[in-house]
Amino acid sequence: MPSTPPEPAASRAVPSSVELFGWGRTAPSGADVRRPTSPIELQRALPTSFERGLIARGLGRSYGDAAQNAGGTVIETTDVTAFTIHESDPNSDTVLVTADAGASIDRLLHALVPQGLFVPVTPGTRYVTVGGAIAADIHGKNHHLKGSWCNHVVSLHLQLADGSVVEIGPDRDPELFWATAGGMGLTGVILDATFRCPRIGSSQLVVDTDRASDLDAVCELMRTGDHLYDYSVAWIDLMATGTNMGRSVLTRGRFASAEEAATKIGADPYKYSAGEIVSAPPFMPAGLLNKLSIRAFNELWFRKAPVERRDEIQSISTFFHPLDMVRGWNRIYGPAGFLQWQFVIPFDATRTLFTIVEEISQSGCTSFLAVLKSFGEGNAAPLSFPAGGWTLALDIPAGVPGLGPLLDRLDNLVVGVGGRIYLAKDSRVRPELLPQMYPRLDEWKAVRERVDPNRQIMSDLARRLGL
Amino acid sequence: MRDALGSVQSVLVLGGNSEIALAIVDRLVASRCKKVVLGVRSPASATTTLNRLRSAGVDADTIDFDALDPASHTKVIDAAAERMGDIDMVILAFGILDGHAEIDTDPVFAARVVQTNFGGAVSAGLASAVQLRKQGHGTILSITSVAGVRSRAENMIYASSKAGMDSFSQALGDALIGTGARCVVVRPGFVHTHMTEGMKPAPFATTPDKIADTVINGLQKNKEIIWAPSIMMPMFLTLRHLPRFLWRRVSAT
Repeated sequence: MPSTPPEPAASRAVPSSVELFGWGRTAPSGADVRRPTSPIELQRALPTSFERGLIARGLGRSYGDAAQNAGGTVIETTDVTAFTIHESDPNSDTVLVTADAGASIDRLLHALVPQGLFVPVTPGTRYVTVGGAIAADIHGKNHHLKGSWCNHVVSLHLQLADGSVVEIGPDRDPELFWATAGGMGLTGVILDATFRCPRIGSSQLVVDTDRASDLDAVCELMRTGDHLYDYSVAWIDLMATGTNMGRSVLTRGRFASAEEAATKIGADPYKYSAGEIVSAPPFMPAGLLNKLSIRAFNELWFRKAPVERRDEIQSISTFFHPLDMVRGWNRIYGPAGFLQWQFVIPFDATRTLFTIVEEISQSGCTSFLAVLKSFGEGNAAPLSFPAGGWTLALDIPAGVPGLGPLLDRLDNLVVGVGGRIYLAKDSRVRPELLPQMYPRLDEWKAVRERVDPNRQIMSDLARRLGL
Repeated sequence: MRDALGSVQSVLVLGGNSEIALAIVDRLVASRCKKVVLGVRSPASATTTLNRLRSAGVDADTIDFDALDPASHTKVIDAAAERMGDIDMVILAFGILDGHAEIDTDPVFAARVVQTNFGGAVSAGLASAVQLRKQGHGTILSITSVAGVRSRAENMIYASSKAGMDSFSQALGDALIGTGARCVVVRPGFVHTHMTEGMKPAPFATTPDKIADTVINGLQKNKEIIWAPSIMMPMFLTLRHLPRFLWRRVSAT
């Protein structure tokens, strides 16, 4: 069984109270942070006093307060990163991988790709952990065909609030498994997971790019063509108004065969490199990102995209993780930080998608390129975000005047057509809307009641939303 | 919990009849705030406010609070936490404004003003900080005054008491760095309220509602010091550095 040794990591002393942010750098809180360096230490990291509970934290890529626990304990899993690629039948489509909760997709890819394997799902960043991928039930550009991360999980070990460890999966205590999938870490501490990884023909992708002049055009392209591609996503300019409203660049692709990749990377089809090219400056003055600068950026970005390009060979990093090239890009929003708002609404509510895009465009609220994607069907998890329909995600600086009321209004539109917002991105939704957005919330709460009746697993998000 | 846009879900107002504080509370309630406790000297004085908040669906209550009784302040905070759970925000809004010339010849009353405005802020601020540290989050919103930036002969007691409160609040904020809790200073200019009735308005006089709008905006932007109205910042940063002979002239008019 080929196995990777865990990264050597000395036990690190962490001061007892640390202020933790989400990726959006808004609303920090202080917690007792523990950073175990081995699976055994991770299991022993449960505190003896539970007054304000505990939550596990990975790489902190949730935008809001999901991985914070004010006044309580936070267990950072990022030093517990070992994983094993299991032996498999060479003819099978997938290979089983077992990874510790703190193993990141970045680390997995460095081992998997050279062996002709990929992760089942990747979000727009490689810097998420396996534990976080399960807790948020993350999705990627292949959701329309492959669903979200937990669809590919075979089993996982979960440490419950009482300290006991259980092995669960879709066929083993499915209630608890699906409550853990997308459960924002609130059912227990995920220790490790086993999941199916697909084989790939090379480390390159064959990519088609289409520039769409407005929202109608991009929706039509996705509706008629997405099923022909393994991966699909559109970047949309939400600051364009009038006839340009919703103009987008749609990129879709599939993994290239060894022969196709050879034209670009030569003999080794699985050559993989991924790094950071630049770092965002540590301090950004407020107001550097303003309407003018963002509008100019969006314009430039739209103009530089080809109107239509076929069969371009792109690397994994370029296609899946462009923002990872700038380390700490979340700092560019200055002291007020930023938030991401992501919703999904059913396909039959396309009119509402148009209304929302129009409202955002006309509000003049500054937003870098937003992401539009069509989702396939959701899974059995009560709190999993993806559901059949359109999903739109946009970053907005938190200091924009009138932003609160605008997003509250848009939330209402989303709920009105049976849609929902993504908890891993949330940092401000009205708690009252949650039961409407997630109609099976009570089912999830019943499982939580079963495994953690005293609410010892706790996060700021759970406090804010009354989960 | 505070959200990404500065909205909170529970608030304790010390000085629960302050018009500025109540204007801020109205805006917090319109956003996410569901629990309000008003700390007042006599609960009867807050009945109208309480009824208004309750009819808006807010879980509101009063609690006995006397700025001049520092020994009771920890108990007040504990009782508020008992009542509401986590206290997302404490507004320090109590204070006495001396608009009367006779204060200069009444050292006892002058000392009372300082004990209330400054001494009370210190003991209530420290008691709040203990609770917020324990919670790992929370905001102390300390309402000082632009008057504290530079005292005038005409309002020396009030102004110097606010100067003390302002200075203390900034340092408290620094002391709280890394704990999740924080202290935000609000420096209003001249505000038309019951407290200032009959006084001659200073330039850029404003209303509690406008102050509250500025505060909400400042909280959203994660500011550490909120000048209200914002023109007060360049104005007072200039005035603060005027030579004294000039300041005497400017401030006397």
